Amino acid sequence: MDQVLIVKNSAEKGLIEFLKFLLEKDRVSGVFTLIKTKKQDDYDYALITEPELLKDAFPLHPFLPVNAGKILSNFTDLKKPVVAVIKPCELRSFIELVKRTQGNLENFLLISFTCGGAFTFSDTVENKTDTLLSDYWTAVSNANDFKNIRSTCKACDNFIPMNADITVSLFGNKNIDSSCKMFLNSEKAKTMVKGFDTEILEDQLDKTQIEKISKRRTEYKEKLFNEIKIQDTGLDGLIDEFGKCIGCHACSRVCPICYCVLCDFESSTYDDSSSMLESELNRKGGVRLPTDTVLYQIGRLSHMSFSCIGCGQCTEVCPVNIPVSVIFRKIGEKVAKIFDYIPGKDVAEQIPVTIFKEEEFTTLGED
Amino acid sequence: MATNFLPKIVSFLCKWCTYSGADLAGTSRMKYPSTILPIRVMCSSRVNPVFIIKSFFNGADGILIGGCHPGDCHYQSGNYHTRRRFIILTKIFESLGLESERLRLAWISAAEGARFVKVTTEFTEKITKLGENSAKKNIFV
Repeated sequence: MDQVLIVKNSAEKGLIEFLKFLLEKDRVSGVFTLIKTKKQDDYDYALITEPELLKDAFPLHPFLPVNAGKILSNFTDLKKPVVAVIKPCELRSFIELVKRTQGNLENFLLISFTCGGAFTFSDTVENKTDTLLSDYWTAVSNANDFKNIRSTCKACDNFIPMNADITVSLFGNKNIDSSCKMFLNSEKAKTMVKGFDTEILEDQLDKTQIEKISKRRTEYKEKLFNEIKIQDTGLDGLIDEFGKCIGCHACSRVCPICYCVLCDFESSTYDDSSSMLESELNRKGGVRLPTDTVLYQIGRLSHMSFSCIGCGQCTEVCPVNIPVSVIFRKIGEKVAKIFDYIPGKDVAEQIPVTIFKEEEFTTLGED
Repeated sequence: MATNFLPKIVSFLCKWCTYSGADLAGTSRMKYPSTILPIRVMCSSRVNPVFIIKSFFNGADGILIGGCHPGDCHYQSGNYHTRRRFIILTKIFESLGLESERLRLAWISAAEGARFVKVTTEFTEKITKLGENSAKKNIFV
């Protein structure tokens, strides 16, 4: 049984009351959350220190303009933590970044929620999502996957946040219009809520419902994975799949795990020198330009696939509709499985390429 | 086709162990296949997985990485990292439908000239049977 805080207001308004409380009582140095600009369908992340501005906040809005985990890594040492409201996938990315010394958990009070999925970039660009919102929340409160959420979200079996100080109950919660239910998961959370005028009860998430949603999400994930057949189609199939890549590197730009200020693949290592082109031309008689697009994809897989948490931002931004997220997540899971590694779960679990065991794979190389 | 095919096996050999083992094979007048294209590196862990991917796409029929036996690395732990990286890259190759049998990791010490001959001869036979790397003719990689 867990400690739960109940605010008598809708889930979103109740959360905003709590965020306002934290700012007014000076418990936090700022609030990091989604705010709406005046335009329809335009929600962006912002850091707010003036409580008045929270009137434009929509902390639970189902959209990822960027993966917030990437932004949180910009916050360096703060005297008082920032309270950040982010989705479970963004939280997992942040944990992966903390492992790479790109962030500090002490700087934050992390609020997340049981997630019913997010809208696509294309629906947002076409200004459809504001009109779909009410049907979205109905689906979420009934534990259904709303038809317009991204397919990466429909395949996400990690909809319950890991490592959040506070979890807002949304998915499958029939009372989100009248009550804001927040699970207090850490001592930090319990200290932060002191003096907030609400009731604190004991409750827990509905296990049967969670299993039902998990099963459905895992089945959808397997379906997406099975649609990718590159493991069976050889070099030609690989080129068919990645051949359209134009080398824009947008996938890497939005990826939270790709934090390198100078990406290896953008460095001068990959500049085409005419002497190298000449030697390739002598051998092959022709070379596609720009070179190294398929190499970039496989290279990026070897750099970060085991940390891929499947947020799907890469697929959203790919201009030629390569299913980057599904491919990276599929291969990433296979690689991570070798080392029993689960990305985003435990900040103490080190990245597989930085550690080793002396007694492992002892027959490899000895035959 | 098989009789005329001489594979090219790009070989990253660590200076302290495998490269010296190859030298010993040479000074002992042992014969090993001319398919091996040796590249001396200071440690097998210097090998960036992208080197292997690049060699493969440039048409190398086989890629060999040679290093010290685990526990004997000149830099203490380099070869442990090589081992993990090799496993990850092999898994990625398999998952992408690329022939992971063209990649080989071998621990060969400076005293094991005969082992160097054995590994390279066996690997050359295996690659000859596998045939040419189709990436050689492909201009779209």
